[in-house]
Amino acid sequence: MANKTVSFEIKRQASPDAPAVWESFEIEWRPGMNVISAMMEIAGNPVTADGHSTTPITYDSNCLEEICGSCAMRINGKARMACSALIDNLEQPIRVEPLSKFPLVRDLQVDRSVLFENLKAVKAWIPIDGTYDLGAGPRVLPQEQEASYPLSNCISCTCCMEVCPQFNEDTNFVGAATIAQVKLFNNHPTGRVLKEERLRALAGDGGIQECGFAQNCVEVCPKSIPLTNTISDISRDVLLQKAKDFLRN
Amino acid sequence: MASPRIIVVGGGLAGLAAVIKIAEAGGKVDLFSIVPVKRSHSVCAQGGINAAKNLKGEGDTTWKHFDDTIYGGDFLANQTPVKLMCEAAPAIIDLLDRMGVTFNRTPEGLLDFRRFGGTLYNRTAFAGATTGQQLLYALDEQVRRYESEGKVKKYEGWEFLSAVIDSKGIARGITALDLRTMELRSFPADAIILATGGIGAIFGKSTNSVVCTGSAQSAVYQQGVTYANGECIQVHPTCIPGEDKLRLMSESARGEGGRVWVPRMAGDKRPVKQIPEAERFYFLEEWYPKYGNLVPRDIATRAIHKVVYEEGLGIDGQPMVYLDLSHIDRATLDRKLGGILDIYEKFVGDDPHNVPMKIFPGMHYTMGGLWVDFNQMTNIPGIFAAGECEYQYHGANRLGANSLLSCIYGGFISGPNALSYAKSLPAQEGDGGHAAELTRQAGINSSLLKSKGTENPFKLWRELGDTMTKHATVIRYNKGLQQADEKIVELLDRYGNVNLSDKSQWANTSFAFARQLKNMLELARVVALGARLRDESRGAHYKPDFPDRNDEQFLKTTKASYTGDMIGPRFEYDEVDTQYIKPRPRRYDVAS
Repeated sequence: MANKTVSFEIKRQASPDAPAVWESFEIEWRPGMNVISAMMEIAGNPVTADGHSTTPITYDSNCLEEICGSCAMRINGKARMACSALIDNLEQPIRVEPLSKFPLVRDLQVDRSVLFENLKAVKAWIPIDGTYDLGAGPRVLPQEQEASYPLSNCISCTCCMEVCPQFNEDTNFVGAATIAQVKLFNNHPTGRVLKEERLRALAGDGGIQECGFAQNCVEVCPKSIPLTNTISDISRDVLLQKAKDFLRN
Repeated sequence: MASPRIIVVGGGLAGLAAVIKIAEAGGKVDLFSIVPVKRSHSVCAQGGINAAKNLKGEGDTTWKHFDDTIYGGDFLANQTPVKLMCEAAPAIIDLLDRMGVTFNRTPEGLLDFRRFGGTLYNRTAFAGATTGQQLLYALDEQVRRYESEGKVKKYEGWEFLSAVIDSKGIARGITALDLRTMELRSFPADAIILATGGIGAIFGKSTNSVVCTGSAQSAVYQQGVTYANGECIQVHPTCIPGEDKLRLMSESARGEGGRVWVPRMAGDKRPVKQIPEAERFYFLEEWYPKYGNLVPRDIATRAIHKVVYEEGLGIDGQPMVYLDLSHIDRATLDRKLGGILDIYEKFVGDDPHNVPMKIFPGMHYTMGGLWVDFNQMTNIPGIFAAGECEYQYHGANRLGANSLLSCIYGGFISGPNALSYAKSLPAQEGDGGHAAELTRQAGINSSLLKSKGTENPFKLWRELGDTMTKHATVIRYNKGLQQADEKIVELLDRYGNVNLSDKSQWANTSFAFARQLKNMLELARVVALGARLRDESRGAHYKPDFPDRNDEQFLKTTKASYTGDMIGPRFEYDEVDTQYIKPRPRRYDVAS
């Protein structure tokens, strides 16, 4: 009896300058398989469906439990994490390709360092005085913690940026993930000491006004972060800040 | 002299903690990490971090935390550093709180605490069930701040290959590989801190992340760093078995009231919700009435093995037991365990709010690691280690929620110590050994690329994982451990015949993996043979043929040194520092 198989079409590109090609793979089905375990199979036997030897696929992955944010890619056209993409829930052939909005490195691997640069630009940290013992932190009510916690769950996967029509070279838009971090830190009793600087960082070119409210970000976020509400709140704060700065000058 | 240069390898909690301390003291740091540091494995820790803050009116003290940790580790840990760690813990929690970690709160706005395994106190601070993620991000943010001030330079996407050691045996830097351009380079440093995490990949499937291969530890072990207590491997009782990995189901599920059970009747075919209470076997609660579901991990893991393999009571005859949260109200679960329940539902398809989860033990953590002194320095001057990659804090079994603590504490100790070591370091002679080490590494790379054999490295790795999981996890027999070592020697031989299907010089992940594999094989021998030689049962190390702890012979630290010979590592044994708490029998089934 022939074993049940799973068919894949994977977009390959040996380097940023090399041509992109699609390769097909037939892999033995096993219960509980996800896209990552299929690519592990290919690494152990790198042969295409038509019998040609090829190379193992280059892709980013680490935790495989949707918390490190590494393995974002496009699977059947949708930006998502490959580790939680269960084979049994996907239509075949499963088409896997890299995120399209970031510089390609190789195969499914892209360079998403722009997000980390954006986090630097908005000073996404609490400016503590030092790591020496200064006693307990500020009191935070449970309701405040429950409002902040979802924002601090962002895994930097960049899916929200991938699906955003405004995230492109023309606008330089920072994207939803960074804006959510601004809200997180501006809400913190100590973090708000940098509130004005963060809002000003979002007031200029590529800032929050680039958002077109397509709402794709909130749809695609694997951590269900309330991104559109957050953008509305921060938009208002940025406008207020602009008005304040105008009056001050 | 110019301000010293410190290299930190690894961007998880321990590495970032070290970086922060060095930058704060005015030192310059180069931080190397395979992945962007925000994606390090610390992100996977779930349940919480321990500190005896005593905010629940229970009379908890740092001494009790210390005693629980030593007792939980079956007295194998040196007591002085553990005592200092437990004493430092409350201030570490305060610091994390000030850094903005979204810890759960009490109605008064204070930190909330829950119970974890191996203690009777509510000592674990937590941020939902994603505490590791929240802690890692807090430290990552502080490091990003220092990076923007020019005090830290990150080398993300670089893999550590080796230490550069001069003719006097002193570390002078590292060699590393750019995983994108495949460029090999050496970097000078006055001291290096390895914070390179766990070794799960040696066991094939584990709860660890893909990068947790132990490759860096093994590389310096092969250069002369001693490796301690390698045989002490923690198998976590509650994991979700998967095709690609074993996903952790946090101990906090039990901390919040989760109950482990199987149907009393073997092969019970009724739907789970129709099995009445009286016909459910809550074996942990019956066997360990005082600690119940919150016995330490080694105890829970062996109990699950016993129920499944000796009593034949696994669900549907499979190696699985129930972890049941379905009696707890939805709002409480979402507030305290949100994160892990979503993960279970996403990967398994059942909603744990409504039906019990199906779980089984899986390889999770190494208590053993690089030998370090109380200053976190290895036996090679200038090489420090912190976090899971070193051996110091957990003895023969780690208590839940102590790992985040030991990572941050170890990082905080190693950073300033590396800096003060570096300040008094005499200048190197000549190039400090850089050219020679680069030549050695280039030789390894080119022979790997030229190798025209028939072995696929990923297949060799699966064979390694299978043999290690079979022989060197929950139940160990000397015959099996011997077979495991013979298998590893065979795999080392076949490794010489490896053939990379990808020989390109751009983002070649199989090449990087093949290099890691060699190191995994060498380190696997330390684990298997260390276990072979420890003829007793202590903590997670359990041999049915030697069921008792033997303090007279084995209350000792195992120290393995690389010989370069097929015979394998050379083993020596050190006395354990037991100056504060006299070893006593470890019994969780009766009051201690």
